[in-house]
Amino acid sequence: MIVADQKPLEEIYAYLEGTRRVLIVGCRECVTVCQAGGEKEVGLLAAALRLKRQAGGEEPLETVEDCVQRQCDAEYVEPLKEAAAGVDLVISMACGVGVQYLAQYLTDTWVVPALNTRFGGGSVEQGVWEERCGFCGDCQLDRTGGICPVARCSKSLFNGPCGGSYDGKCEVDESIDCGWQLIFDRLKALDRLALLAEIQPAKDWRTSRDGGPRRVVREDLRI
Amino acid sequence: MSQSPEPKAPAAKAQVKSGSHLERMFAAGHFAVTGEVGPPKSCSSKSIREHSAAMRDSVDGINLTDNQTAIVRLSSIAAAVHVMAEGCEPIIQMTCRDRNRIAIQSDLLGAYSLGVRNVLCLSGDHQCFGNHPQAKNVYDLDSIQLIRAVRDLRDENLFVSGEKCRFNPKFYIGAAANPFADPFEFRALRLAKKVAAGADFIQTQAVYDVERFAEWLRLTGDMGLHPRVKIMAGLVPAKSAKALRYVSTVPGMRVPDDMIRRMEAAEDQEAEGIKICVETIQQVRELPGVAGVHIMAIAWEKVVPEIVSLAGLLPRPKLESAGGGNAAAGA
Repeated sequence: MIVADQKPLEEIYAYLEGTRRVLIVGCRECVTVCQAGGEKEVGLLAAALRLKRQAGGEEPLETVEDCVQRQCDAEYVEPLKEAAAGVDLVISMACGVGVQYLAQYLTDTWVVPALNTRFGGGSVEQGVWEERCGFCGDCQLDRTGGICPVARCSKSLFNGPCGGSYDGKCEVDESIDCGWQLIFDRLKALDRLALLAEIQPAKDWRTSRDGGPRRVVREDLRI
Repeated sequence: MSQSPEPKAPAAKAQVKSGSHLERMFAAGHFAVTGEVGPPKSCSSKSIREHSAAMRDSVDGINLTDNQTAIVRLSSIAAAVHVMAEGCEPIIQMTCRDRNRIAIQSDLLGAYSLGVRNVLCLSGDHQCFGNHPQAKNVYDLDSIQLIRAVRDLRDENLFVSGEKCRFNPKFYIGAAANPFADPFEFRALRLAKKVAAGADFIQTQAVYDVERFAEWLRLTGDMGLHPRVKIMAGLVPAKSAKALRYVSTVPGMRVPDDMIRRMEAAEDQEAEGIKICVETIQQVRELPGVAGVHIMAIAWEKVVPEIVSLAGLLPRPKLESAGGGNAAAGA
């Protein structure tokens, strides 16, 4: 999933200057799962912003709360037009994709993000999420035992660990597992170390970052 | 390895790859010695020229670090020009951290046109250790892909893209190896990959733990790598017990506890550091597969001639001048 976390309240509060009525929109997909921008977080953020406005002795802030099934889907975003028409500002509590969909469809309203979109990953323990996919667009996991060197090696190396791998940890920080140690251990356990002996050639990064936004076109699905 | 100053006859007349002095030293069967200069955090060439002049008669080549520990410094290629002006042979380091394949190949062409003939291909220290931790790293290529790129340019006249290079740079290709990092079992395999990619010589991480180094040499020897690559044992003379203790905490470095205790007990720690370094040179020289030493006296460059002398490695052998392609001879 897309993992996100909330921006500092001060940063979000600064968006509110000159506003009286704001719409705060959550998303029921990834950000609900990582507890950053679901229905509950929308309610909490709305209350926090109202209280902060009140504590400052300013004119009260009116918040309108909503949470759609998917902010990255026009079908769920378009119906928000009506609610957005009557507000000074829309605060999206989705990932960066959701923010952009809101901005695209709510053409007359200023849309701002309440979250920082962090990475593609998952939960590793209660309250901790970690990156897993580098979104390089050309999956190499068949060669690396299902452990991604793009996302999990600090240097995104393709031919094994650098000289900074020590006791299973990365030289960058001892809280970081060396991605290549993990790959090595798994390939060894499954008797596939021969894969590591192959030299991986220079990667074609066009699938990762190319001209403009990357697109997937499925002719079989087009109408 | 023999202590005799007489060069060992090379097994067969190897084909000249770059004509660099370092390559020819190995080809003549000599035990090679290289030093290292860290370019300054300024545009002054003074320290580079002074260190080069001081090392001139003690080493066969001088490494120029490429923004080591991710700290902005005078470029390794520009520094190499100053080294050549002092009559020494440069070995430029090139990391994958700061350049994509376009910039790397462009810099290789430029370096060769200036007379540089040796390049050491490295991943590069992560930017979090340097003075611009906010920087975005590149790693378009990794060190093994970089080695292959330099070799393909030299041997196949090909850029990474597969396009032909009309006048191709012919570098003597170096790579690093860390016998002290993990997973240990993979370290020999990693060397094999570097050799297969095209590495001609290796400079290792600093050796303090000779036992572990010997074990790595045994593994790499068993893989049949030694006749195909010249391995230079890396050495970092310790100036104090405190410095040595710090080194022991750096990921990927191993320092035996008795060595630290020995330094702590020494009255003159600088002298003891030199003594340990000289002893280590003598020990590694005995190990099969070691073709030279690379002395990294970081911020203590002036000690290099003394160490080389005490290790019995002076005078450095003189070679007949290269038939082209040596220092200062531009392409």
